[in-house]
Amino acid sequence: METNDAQPAARPLIVLTRWFDPSVAIAFGCIVVLLLLGSLYSPSFLSPEYLLQQLKVASFLGVIATGMMLVILLGQIDLSVPWVVALGGMMSSAIAAWGPVGEALAIPFGIGCGIGIGLLNGIGVAYLRIPSMIITLAMNAVVQGLMVVHTGGFSPQDSASAAMRFLATGFIIPNVPNSVLVWAVIGGLTIFVLTRTTFGRAIYAIGNSERAAYLSGAPTQRVVMATFAISGGLSAFAGVLLAGYASKAAQAMGDPYLLPAIAAVVLGGTSILGGRGTYLGTVAGVILITLLQSILSVMQIAEAGRQIIYGVVIIAMMLLYGRERSASNR
Amino acid sequence: MKDWRFLIREQRGTLIAMALFVVMFTIYVTNHPAGFTLNVVTTASNKGVLLAFVAMAQTLVVVTAAIDLSLGMIFVLTNCLASWLVAGSPLETAFGVVAVLAAGLACGMVNGLIVIYGRLQPIVTTIATGAIYFGIALLLRPVPGGEVNQDLADALTGKLFDRVPASLVALLAVVLLIWIPFRRSLTGRAAYATGSSEAAAYMSGVPIRRARFVAYSLAGLLAGIGGLFLTFFTYSGEASAANGNTYTLYSIAAVVLGGVSLFGGVGSAIGAIFGAFVFRTIGDLLFVFDLEPLWQPLFQGMVLLLAVCLGAFRLLQIRNRLDYFG
Repeated sequence: METNDAQPAARPLIVLTRWFDPSVAIAFGCIVVLLLLGSLYSPSFLSPEYLLQQLKVASFLGVIATGMMLVILLGQIDLSVPWVVALGGMMSSAIAAWGPVGEALAIPFGIGCGIGIGLLNGIGVAYLRIPSMIITLAMNAVVQGLMVVHTGGFSPQDSASAAMRFLATGFIIPNVPNSVLVWAVIGGLTIFVLTRTTFGRAIYAIGNSERAAYLSGAPTQRVVMATFAISGGLSAFAGVLLAGYASKAAQAMGDPYLLPAIAAVVLGGTSILGGRGTYLGTVAGVILITLLQSILSVMQIAEAGRQIIYGVVIIAMMLLYGRERSASNR
Repeated sequence: MKDWRFLIREQRGTLIAMALFVVMFTIYVTNHPAGFTLNVVTTASNKGVLLAFVAMAQTLVVVTAAIDLSLGMIFVLTNCLASWLVAGSPLETAFGVVAVLAAGLACGMVNGLIVIYGRLQPIVTTIATGAIYFGIALLLRPVPGGEVNQDLADALTGKLFDRVPASLVALLAVVLLIWIPFRRSLTGRAAYATGSSEAAAYMSGVPIRRARFVAYSLAGLLAGIGGLFLTFFTYSGEASAANGNTYTLYSIAAVVLGGVSLFGGVGSAIGAIFGAFVFRTIGDLLFVFDLEPLWQPLFQGMVLLLAVCLGAFRLLQIRNRLDYFG
């Protein structure tokens, strides 16, 4: 009906807004504004080295936020991120200590552990119908317990394998850190899955209405379970990368990533209620959060001031474009 | 006869939490070397009430089908504030207590105003305001320290008339002064209605905004009371992010154990209090069974996971496959 009414000139605009929804544009706009503000303070904020360094830091958050976004698109949430990240880092470096076989298996084993935990989360959410906020919270506590027993309460002694270090800090293409490449590959795959596969469409459909998706024949429970498994795997992979970056896993290494990951996804225009959002937005959100944290620390603002500004900026940006409709308009 | 069945049905979550607590606490006490003495109970209640206050706060927000992830940070902020203000002469102390509670209330009000008038999603809003509150706490206490009126602290953490733990009495007073009036008021009922179905509540002319605002504000106040008690127990203030996050997450766990539905509209703060006690007792059980402290987090996690999975039994009652997705 609307195609009949639309002016010929208006059609490209509709296509354009579908590809590039306003919240993503605002998020990218905020990135530019942040960079300009930073460059007023110091011109080095616009140098390629600084920007690449930021992308490298952002890639860890980016990998985690990818999994978080998929889960949020379902209308669920994954609070098991902190210790699944630590699990990935610790398990991969623990296996790496087992000689050549261990070295080779380190990365897949770390990710596999994360997928396993994610799978359990998924079974809880999809088949036992436990609210995701609770089951992932409980699972986080269980994994924390497992890791405390594993390390004996001390910081783990195993160091990361050479492959993990290469993946996190090496360069295949000159000047482009490998971790950025890893994020790019994961991001590309995610865009493909979300826009070009039935699995991706099912994720959006479930986020809008799981009932409707079920009635239209989507295997909703399997999709939900698989999505949580992917999220767990990606969190653990980020842990593997982080362990490679610091050449060691650490207790609580994943703690600073949970809330920024959720914030990044939401700042990127993904609805926390599910069913709406683009991966490009998540990329923007991740870069935005990373830049904000970096600029605040470069300006040598004390931790207290950084936290306050961080919170105020998130609220201000959400007020710009993250508002819901009021009850009277629903 | 029928009234009883309705009442039990309505309060099922609370009753299950109570039963669970009684069973666990009995196991705890019977295996405790000192047995069922006042000292054991006082220590347990002192540990339990902190989480109980934050869990009550979380209940108020969860009932409106939202969640407040800044409560742990309000708890930490009021702790830091109290370590400055609640000291000195009785008058100064009284002023300090009022100021700390007002600060908690103000934090809750800010959350409410942003969520309601800014129309932002509660999860993200409270993540952000939580960061702000934690920043202010860090400004107040860059390093742990401070002091508190010791007489008041000892009175509230000790035993009243050598008979009952004072912290339990304080908890009871808060329930009677804040929770019961809220639950019985029009606003409180509106909060439950909003949580059950916002659209239906709106259509029936229920004061949604006022209900949500009061829920967030009182949640801030209750978290502030929790922070005040933390100061009484530790005699100092500490801006610890780990502490704040732990209390936020544990409060959600306590609320669920207490039979409050995260989908909103179901449950009571009494249940959440027992949920908090259950959660604390789980941790204590390990000590009386002489297990290595190393295993405590795993044990706590497994019990939590098990408790959460028990909720899956309701699936057995589902007749229509579509109700699965409701």
